[in-house]
Amino acid sequence: MNAASTDVGTPLLELRDLSVSYRTTEGALPAVRGVDLTVRAGEVVGVAGESGCGKSTLATTVLRLQPRDAAVTGEVLLAGADVLTMGWGDLRAARWADASIVFQGALHSLNPVRRVGDQVAEPITLHEPTVGEDEVTARVRDLLEQVGLPEGSARRYPHQLSGGQRQRVMIAMALACRPKLIIADEPTTALDVMVQAQILDLLAQLVRDLDLGMVLISHDLSVLADVCDRVAVMYAGRVVEFGAADDVFGDALHPYARALSRAFPRIGDPAARYAPAGLAGDPPDLRSLPHGCSFAPRCPLAIDRCRDAEPPLAPHATGSDGNPRLAACIRAGEQW
Amino acid sequence: MSAREAEPTPHSTPGSSPATSPGERPQSRAFLEARGVVVEFATRSGSVARALDGVDLAVAPGEIVAVVGESGSGKTTLARTLMGLERPVAGEVSVGDRPMPRSTRAMRTFRRKVQMVLQDASGSLNPRQTVYESVAEGIRLHRLADARSGTAEADLVAKALSDAGLRPPQPLYLRYPHELSGGQRQRVLIAGALAVRPDLIIADEPVSSLDASIRGELLALLLRLRDELGLGVLVITHDLGLAWNIADRIAVMYLGRVVEQGPTEQVLEHPRHPYTQALLSVVPEIDRLEPQVLRGEIPDPTRIPPGCRFHPRCPALAEGESERAGVADACRGVPLPVLPADDRHAAACHLDAVRHAPGTPAS
Repeated sequence: MNAASTDVGTPLLELRDLSVSYRTTEGALPAVRGVDLTVRAGEVVGVAGESGCGKSTLATTVLRLQPRDAAVTGEVLLAGADVLTMGWGDLRAARWADASIVFQGALHSLNPVRRVGDQVAEPITLHEPTVGEDEVTARVRDLLEQVGLPEGSARRYPHQLSGGQRQRVMIAMALACRPKLIIADEPTTALDVMVQAQILDLLAQLVRDLDLGMVLISHDLSVLADVCDRVAVMYAGRVVEFGAADDVFGDALHPYARALSRAFPRIGDPAARYAPAGLAGDPPDLRSLPHGCSFAPRCPLAIDRCRDAEPPLAPHATGSDGNPRLAACIRAGEQW
Repeated sequence: MSAREAEPTPHSTPGSSPATSPGERPQSRAFLEARGVVVEFATRSGSVARALDGVDLAVAPGEIVAVVGESGSGKTTLARTLMGLERPVAGEVSVGDRPMPRSTRAMRTFRRKVQMVLQDASGSLNPRQTVYESVAEGIRLHRLADARSGTAEADLVAKALSDAGLRPPQPLYLRYPHELSGGQRQRVLIAGALAVRPDLIIADEPVSSLDASIRGELLALLLRLRDELGLGVLVITHDLGLAWNIADRIAVMYLGRVVEQGPTEQVLEHPRHPYTQALLSVVPEIDRLEPQVLRGEIPDPTRIPPGCRFHPRCPALAEGESERAGVADACRGVPLPVLPADDRHAAACHLDAVRHAPGTPAS
């Protein structure tokens, strides 16, 4: 927004009791239920979960990009200003310049008939109309270089680039208006392991060099463990575990988080050989959530008491970073 | 089943080196085999892309083989060639010791024995077909139902669905794909393949579009099918963790060739090819290896580099290791032989050849 609101103490992003519910013909669909999350400069916070857990709804709501039929409650503070209540002009300024989103599937997000340089220039010319043409060209050139694209890429069309290069273009676009916060929604999902490693390296380097804050959303907990400082694991719209990334991936407290981290075996671990770890059942229908803990129907540790009430996200241990580790489970930390 | 009992399977003797158990699985037992297969495509600009440039690969009954590689490595072309969907310009594919049939009639029998399960179950199922119709389609095509011998169509459909882990099957009969979860759709696809009682399933990225929690369940299903039905499985994947979870053997592909292959434990725990080593080092959860992020991507198959095809990206060459071993010139100019499809751990690499020269003990 403006310089005054970005004091050192103000987090780049703060979600307070955020809930998002979609109106559907079959009733209300609560996609996000009471999420709190804070991101500061230089910090990467991961959001892990499977399809339908609410992680992408969370991403779009930060910039008020959620569909019209969504009912939102709580607060989304971008550098201290509430995105949900701000005027249209302020919101327009906040998008791209305060925070921007890198979506998954770069192939479908780029315009196939425009040169990538023009597409990267577009947010600059729209948001900073006073910037002259030569400066825009220079900034586009710098941005493409910053994300590791070869010289001359500005004149190419999306189809002339590889999947990894297109994702780099998306990242260059997200950086175009020098935002302080980047939300990356499954930025490496369709990419090969080697290209994924290249993109994750790039994101980590940008956070370091530009002192950005980043929310990294992925279904793959192992990817998050590699890049993030802290990780939130979501299930059926709620955060069920939160803590230092290594703690969550290496020794999860919540049985769902534990199942997620086991789903990707450690190569060389004899226990995983001929023994893929899965979780029976499917996530619940959000329109008719089970009573009590929404994970209980699939939980190997579930007892009768789990079906009484949804457990709050509460501290259960001290993490490797000295902060409390949070889990929404009455049997947090127990093994099975 | 019987095939499994008749011979020890590789995973029953983990870690055993081929030298100590010769002839454990003679090559002639391979059910599906590719030898020196070359597949080319003409590009729009008139040049020729060599998607497969000499590949040997064999899958025995009851064996799970993983073909691992990035996009552009040729792994999907290999799967299509093994299905008879691409015709090699050189080399051959044989099925049970006989060359891949060419006539339509013989091809139909072959297709029953070798079934393919594609990634993205939502795109592979007909949205207007019920689960029952989807699974019954293959049974009708191959005329497998025979009421007189007690194998009614409905029984075969029910068995296929329950073999794929959809139990009880009846409530699903009249469902449409959009009414199923992602995991259920993938199981319906597998049921469709199982319905015609194949000997081998070729699964192209069977779990890549599925959620993490469902992934394990489906991989467990593939293991169970091999144990209970003696099914051979060829899995095409970019996911090394998947190979560690279920594969007996693994073949790593790069730019149209198998560059390293062998028993899964040996290849993934003691990789010998610099490409395999790099791939393993970037698997996020491996912290024992220094991540070796290769620059760039697999080159264009119309211009396969001379010498070792991996040399322009090879960290061992770039860091002078090959130079010190005296093979740098070979890396840049001497082509490597095709790796034979057997149980031995082998890598197509000049540096590895001097390190594992005859006489030196295997890794």
